[in-house]
Amino acid sequence: MRAKVISVTAALAVIFAAALLHARAGGGTISGKVTYEGTPAKPKPIDMSKEPGCAKQHTTPVTTETVVTGPNNTLENVVVYISAGAPDDSPPSEPATFDQKGCQYIPHVLAFQVNQQLKVVNDDQTSHNIHPLAKVNREWNKSQPPGTPPIIDKYDKPEFIPVKCNVHPWMHGTFAVLKNSHHAISGEDGGFSLPNLPAGKYTVTAWHESYGEQTQEVTISGSETKTINFVFKAKPY
Amino acid sequence: MRKMNTRSMRVFLAVAVILLLPAALPAQNMESHIGKLTGHANTGKQLYFRYCWGCHGFRGDGGGENWLPTGNYPTEPYMNIQPRNFDAAVFKCRSTPTGTLPLDQDLYNSVGRGFVMTNMPSWITLTNQQRADLVAFIKSFSPRFKNEKAGDPINVPAEPKLTVESIKHGQELFQKLECWKCHGPEGRGDGPSASTLTDSNDQPIRPYNFAVGSRFKCGVTNHDLYKIFMTGLDGTPMPSFADVIKPEEAWDLVHFLRTLQVTHKSPELALWESTKEGAEQIASRRVYGTPTGSGIKQ
Repeated sequence: MRAKVISVTAALAVIFAAALLHARAGGGTISGKVTYEGTPAKPKPIDMSKEPGCAKQHTTPVTTETVVTGPNNTLENVVVYISAGAPDDSPPSEPATFDQKGCQYIPHVLAFQVNQQLKVVNDDQTSHNIHPLAKVNREWNKSQPPGTPPIIDKYDKPEFIPVKCNVHPWMHGTFAVLKNSHHAISGEDGGFSLPNLPAGKYTVTAWHESYGEQTQEVTISGSETKTINFVFKAKPY
Repeated sequence: MRKMNTRSMRVFLAVAVILLLPAALPAQNMESHIGKLTGHANTGKQLYFRYCWGCHGFRGDGGGENWLPTGNYPTEPYMNIQPRNFDAAVFKCRSTPTGTLPLDQDLYNSVGRGFVMTNMPSWITLTNQQRADLVAFIKSFSPRFKNEKAGDPINVPAEPKLTVESIKHGQELFQKLECWKCHGPEGRGDGPSASTLTDSNDQPIRPYNFAVGSRFKCGVTNHDLYKIFMTGLDGTPMPSFADVIKPEEAWDLVHFLRTLQVTHKSPELALWESTKEGAEQIASRRVYGTPTGSGIKQ
C-alpha cells in the first residue's frame, strides 16, 4: 500500500514538473514591426577630425544616430518591452555589454534588467569617460583610458538613462533599465519579438529616444503569436 | 448619517493628527554630524529661508528668484551657473566616490567655503552650529539622504616628499590620461573638447583654467586637489579617475598640476622653475592666448 502511494505521488510530481516546464518554455509570442510615417530629419554628419584615431576607423561618413531608419519606413533602436502584466524577473547572470569603438557606442541603445551587471568596455586607443545621466538612479562619471579593465556597475531602479562621453560630444547612447526579461530592440527591419509569455493581459510599450512612447494592450491565451505594429510620427527636425 | 458626538469627534481628530503629522513634516528630524557638532533640520529651516532660498529656491531645486526671476515676460537667468539642486542629491565637492552621497563634512565645508568663480559666497560668517543646521536641512530635500548612507570616504595616503621626479611623472600622467583634451596642454581650459562641454543639465560649462587661479571649486590645498580627480565632480563633465590612477601616482599628478598654476607661488612651481626643463617649459608658455593642442604628441 505504501509503495503504491509513493509511486503515485512520484508520478504526479513528474507530471506537475513537466507541466511547469512546458508552461515556462512554451507560452505565446508578441511580435511585429516598428515603422514611421512622415519625413524624418536627415541624419547629420559627425566630424571626428579632433580625434584622428577614431576618424580613421570609419571608411564611410559617420552620421548621428538619433533617428536610424531602414528600408520601407522601418524605425530602428526602438525598445519594445512589457510594461505591465508580467512579474518582475531576477536578473540574468550574463552582463549587458556596452562597447566604445570608433568613438561610438555599440549598441546605441542597450536594454538590460534592474540589478543586471553592466559591463562597459573601451576598445578605442583614446580615453573615454562614461557618464550615464541617471535621474532616478545614481548619476556617476568615470574615466576609462584605453587598456584599462571594463567598468562594472548596475542599476537598481527601472529608468531610461541617456549616456554620453564628455570628451567626444557626438557620442550619445541610452541604457534602458527594465523590470523584466521581456524586451527587444528593433533592428534594420523594424522587427521585434517577445516570446515565452504565459497567458495573460499585457501592456506593450515601444520607446524611441526622439519620437516618444506608445503603448498597446495584448492578451495572450495560449501559445499563439499575436502581431502588433507601432507607427511613430516622424519629426522633421 | 448619525452625527458624531463631541467626544468621538475629539478622539477622531486626535488620532488623525497623530497619524498625519509625520507626513506633514517630511524630514524635519534630519540631523547632520560634523565632528562634535550636531545640526538639526528644523533650526536649519529658519536659516535656509533667511539666507539660501533666494538662489536655491523654496523647493531647494536651484530655481530661486535670484537665478530666474518669475514674471509675465520671458527673461534670461541672472546668473551664469545655476544654483545647486538639492532634490537631485548630486554634489561636486565630496570625499566619497562618484555616484555616492557626500559626507556631512563635505556639505559643511562647501557652505563655509563657497564656490570660487560662482555666485555662491562663503558663509563662514555664520556660526559653525548654524552651518551644521543648514547642512541638516539641505539633506532633507532629497529622499536619497533618508534611504542611503553616504559613500565611504576615499583613502588619501599621506603626501610624499615633493621631488622633480614626482612632477615629471605627473606630467606623464597628464599626457597619458588625456586631461589636456578638456583642460588644454597648459591647463588653460582650452583643450579640443573644452568648447563643447555641457553639465548634466545641458548647460555649457568650462573646464578649470589652472593658469588664472590658485583656488579650486572644492578647496585650496593639495589634499583638496587630490580629491577632485579621485572622486570626480558629479553633475559635471569631470570624471573620477579613482579606478585608473594608483593613490601614490595621484600625488605626482597633484604636484604637476600645481606647476600649471603659473600665477600662484607654490613650492611645486618654485621647484619646477629651478630645473632647466621646467624653466624652459614655463618660459615657452604664452602669457595670453590659447594654444590648442599644440606641442602634444598624439
